[in-house]
Amino acid sequence: MKRPESTIEPMPLSLSLPAPVMSQVHLGAATHCPYCALQCGMYVTPAHEGGPVVTPRHDIPANAGALCQKGWTAGELLTNGARLTSPLARADRASPLEPVSWEEALARVAGAVRAVQAAHGPDGVAVFGGGGLTNEKAYLLGKFARVALATSQIDYNGRFCMSSAAAASTRAFGMDRGLPFPVTDIAEADVVLLAGCNVAETMPPFMRHLPAGLIVADPRETRTAARARLHLRVTPGTDLALALGLLHIAITEGYADPAYIEARTTGFQEVRASVASWWPERAERVTGVPVAQMREAVRLLGTAGRAMIITGRGAEQHAKGTDTVTAFINLALALGLPGRAGSGYGCLTGQGNGQGGREHGQKADQLPGNRRIDDPAARAHVAAVWGVDPRDLPGPGRSAYELLDALGTDGGPRALLVFGSNPVVSAPRTGRVAERLAALDLLVVSDIVLSETAAMADIVLPTTQWAEEHGTMTNLEGRVLLRRQAVAPPSGVRSDLAIISALAALLGRGEGFPGEAREVFDELRRASAGGVADYSGITYERVAAGAMYWPVPAEDHPGTPRPFLDRFATPDGRARFLPVDHRPPAEDVDEEYPYYLTTGRVLAQYQSGAQTRRVAALNDAAPEPFVEVHPDLAERLRVAQGDLVRVTSRRGHAEVAARLSRAIRADTVFMPFHWEGANRLTNPALDPVSRMPEFKVCAVRLERAGGPPGAPPGEPRVAPAPGARAGRGREA
Amino acid sequence: MRVVIAGGGMAGTRLAAEIRQRDADVAVTVFGTETRRPYNRVLLSNVLAGTASADQVCLPAPGGGVTARLGVTVTAVDRASRTVRTSAGDVEPYDVLVLATGSEPVVPPIPGAARAIAFRTMDDCDRIIAAAANTPGAVVVGGGLLGVEAARGLAGRGLHVTLLHHGAHLMERQLDAEAGLVLEEALTALGVTVRTGVRVSAIHPHGAELSTGELLESGLVVLACGVRPVVGLARDAGLPVDRGIIVDDHMRTADPAIYAIGECAQHDGTVYGLVAPAWEQAAVVADLVTGAVPEARYRGSRLVTRLKARSIELAAMGETHLTDDPGDAGGAVEVVCFSHRARGIYRKLVIRNDRLVGAILLGEAPTVGTLTQLYDRGAHLPGDPAGLLFNGLDAATPADSPLRMPDSARVCECNNVTKGRIRACWEKGARDAAAVVAATRATTGCGTCRDAVEGLVEWLSQQEEVRA
Repeated sequence: MKRPESTIEPMPLSLSLPAPVMSQVHLGAATHCPYCALQCGMYVTPAHEGGPVVTPRHDIPANAGALCQKGWTAGELLTNGARLTSPLARADRASPLEPVSWEEALARVAGAVRAVQAAHGPDGVAVFGGGGLTNEKAYLLGKFARVALATSQIDYNGRFCMSSAAAASTRAFGMDRGLPFPVTDIAEADVVLLAGCNVAETMPPFMRHLPAGLIVADPRETRTAARARLHLRVTPGTDLALALGLLHIAITEGYADPAYIEARTTGFQEVRASVASWWPERAERVTGVPVAQMREAVRLLGTAGRAMIITGRGAEQHAKGTDTVTAFINLALALGLPGRAGSGYGCLTGQGNGQGGREHGQKADQLPGNRRIDDPAARAHVAAVWGVDPRDLPGPGRSAYELLDALGTDGGPRALLVFGSNPVVSAPRTGRVAERLAALDLLVVSDIVLSETAAMADIVLPTTQWAEEHGTMTNLEGRVLLRRQAVAPPSGVRSDLAIISALAALLGRGEGFPGEAREVFDELRRASAGGVADYSGITYERVAAGAMYWPVPAEDHPGTPRPFLDRFATPDGRARFLPVDHRPPAEDVDEEYPYYLTTGRVLAQYQSGAQTRRVAALNDAAPEPFVEVHPDLAERLRVAQGDLVRVTSRRGHAEVAARLSRAIRADTVFMPFHWEGANRLTNPALDPVSRMPEFKVCAVRLERAGGPPGAPPGEPRVAPAPGARAGRGREA
Repeated sequence: MRVVIAGGGMAGTRLAAEIRQRDADVAVTVFGTETRRPYNRVLLSNVLAGTASADQVCLPAPGGGVTARLGVTVTAVDRASRTVRTSAGDVEPYDVLVLATGSEPVVPPIPGAARAIAFRTMDDCDRIIAAAANTPGAVVVGGGLLGVEAARGLAGRGLHVTLLHHGAHLMERQLDAEAGLVLEEALTALGVTVRTGVRVSAIHPHGAELSTGELLESGLVVLACGVRPVVGLARDAGLPVDRGIIVDDHMRTADPAIYAIGECAQHDGTVYGLVAPAWEQAAVVADLVTGAVPEARYRGSRLVTRLKARSIELAAMGETHLTDDPGDAGGAVEVVCFSHRARGIYRKLVIRNDRLVGAILLGEAPTVGTLTQLYDRGAHLPGDPAGLLFNGLDAATPADSPLRMPDSARVCECNNVTKGRIRACWEKGARDAAAVVAATRATTGCGTCRDAVEGLVEWLSQQEEVRA
């Protein structure tokens, strides 16, 4: 690959880097991992044969010197040969993508955007962002949509990730900060309940923070569950009933904390009455979790000096995810945990900037600072920072799946600009998504490699990544971190910020779209000032010097590691109990589709496989998609280890190798979603509040594929989606 | 539309909520004989036992749009004019009438029966608790589910309890003879004196008299002799009644404007005495009367009985009495049984055509969740059902020693390090864990494999010593 003509630009700030010196060897730029929300600290040293070298940092408590295989091998992302280094465009839909100049690519984007908007109005153009984008990119993308495009149609893949936890936390606490305490508090707790989190695979160094008193609720006996003192093997789609049953027990067996409830909450009476219908035997029948285990879980939590309840995607990615999280928050509140030092409720953010990415306006219903776009005061504040009339700001737009589903339909957007996302792999019901993308007049994708989505695009814009750029990320504990440039980007690529800036200029908005991260961050600070996620007191210097947990309302404010100790962020300072009720999955099993499918991650891959499928060591560790099947079910299907199995839902099918495991329930199969295929099957039923799709449970049937039992497995594992090629994109 | 619900118990209250959830414009009026706000009758045994307070079992009051007439009973139905008459004297018109009149306790026709307290309502519960405070001993008549729960609850309050049952063994509707015996022994261990095969002939002011003439002295006699559907209203209105009010798959009586749900209804020959079917029926009626799901039908329920009694785990479902004797009337079934009476454990599966049709778990119920779901769904059972009786039987045998572990076994998941790689590392000269870690990055992820890596290094050292 052609390597840098450009040199590393000095980071535009004067700060003394933490002395990264070990054995007198300069360890390179102090930055963070390109993958998950734990944002492990790492040094990246550019000058090495075979590419940049990664070593872990000890000064970031989230990992404190630990890294998983993804982190250790991240340097390979900077040198592997699949990197896009030139804009690509096709003459027409039938023609292949060919290299074009930046000038031509950007001019074609701007011209096509103008044409679509002239014909279909501002909302004819939509934007799709990502939870891996830096704060600066997320912010500028939101502003670009609202101001330069004047479109309401912007959302991002974090809708598929954090939206249920965000909605539930906001309605209970008035604030959505994943962990409202430093991650190091977790190790100090006596008991932690993880509901739908498999951190052993998704963020391995996080395991170091977990205490011995671990309870895990998960349909699978994951490696995380295997470490737990108590594993509640909940039926897919019934986490809400489990939480209600636990709360019922907590109340009737005297573990509720009346003094805390009285002093710090509202709404308990109504919730108490609502869970009277969830006696443990009823919850047992729905969830499959024995009453005795539920009692034990509540006893452990209720007698612990310090206890935490933490939810993950397993509990959240449902058409009732918001209510499920609310039910776990109700349990935490009844036990008196949130806002108490060493205890609390939290959620585990998924993507690298899944926290910051959900705060600064790339969400359909949101303005920077985690403000609501339908709040007149928020509109006035942000409009003033942007120098526009509040009346000119669009209102709320479609949520992620609704947006994808509407593309190219009557009244739906005709053009889509994608930044840092690969929805043709990561969205639910990808067959439909691919069909809608193909129906667009214009699809533009900015990415580092030719992802499955980029391969469908009319114009592809190659962009800088991770160690090639500056910016800030906000990790799972609400701590703002500095991403530092370690190596020069390959020639021919531009940063997303530069791309947005250039497009804005071509669309007649030359002012207000700086292409440089620090300048964007300074504006983000002003736009977020006074909001829930207030970054106004944060500077690059302060982030480099030490831990900055938002909100930070002033430059002399120390930051807020534990925001709820004195009061919650609600108008009256009290947390809200809210009654919620269980309902079955949007699609339950029946005779035709008799098994549950649940999806998730494996350790060596990340999200849509964008980055990780291109790293040799990771592909060696996890080379291909599979379906995890219980041996009892496999026996009934006459399927042996490695056999090709056809998994079919009402929305599509995939053929993957069977992996037999007793870690899965016999009524459920599991597929990782890092490869095209799993999401062809998943159900886009949406949560009424968060608009989260139901990734974690749908009904499927299974058949042995590729010949009679005993025949060798067939060659093709997963057939490509319409229009997709074997590329990979960064993503979520 | 005006919906009138006769009965404010668990079925009626649930129906009101279900209707409002589907259609906020329907006017719903619930008439209930009890004056208390709705409560969860299922949990009365817990209140009796003192493991839940009366306050804790209160159900949410029906929301806005529901008129709850507590303490007012529907006394007559005029089907021609589509009105009901109430104990308060009003005449209330309806478009849809739902009978949810529940059931009443069976009081045996014996002298002095009025001196005993039948256990059915929260008021009964209050009276029993008050009486229990003033007497050292109690007699519970009836060894079914409710009687066992009441006896256990009163024993938990420190009373000497005698449980009288005329059947040959306890809970004979749900349990086979051996399970009944194991349950009896469990109750005995908890301080309950169980007498089976006895008949009570009279209740005296100071105790219960058996048909043998024996007098059991007690300041409190609790009746748990079963319930019978309350069907008078329906019968008087000329609706077909058998043991319960006869309904079709719509839960509709012979009059298309009148439905019946819960313990007063008889569907396909069955009167259900548990709450789960009543709630399923309420959902069907709500779907139909609001038009939310016009094709909704009730097809009967599978029954799972869970005893709510501290320190006794008991789950029973389906056809528990069948045996695999060739002559058994139940047809060809397989029975899988595990019994350990010394520990109060009894487990039984009844299998027909590869599906679970009955089960008992007594003493401990580690697999109750799985069994209930297999039973509820009529799902296929695994080839070897033994794993359904014991937890952990199906866990893979871990490779616990470095010797037995294959070279391909992953020691460090986070960094994909196999035993083979660690061995290779050793062979290249790494002589301690730190050197192995530096070369392989094992242990640097979640850190949970540290012991395994150190163990392997130690084992490799010992191997070398042996060879040396």
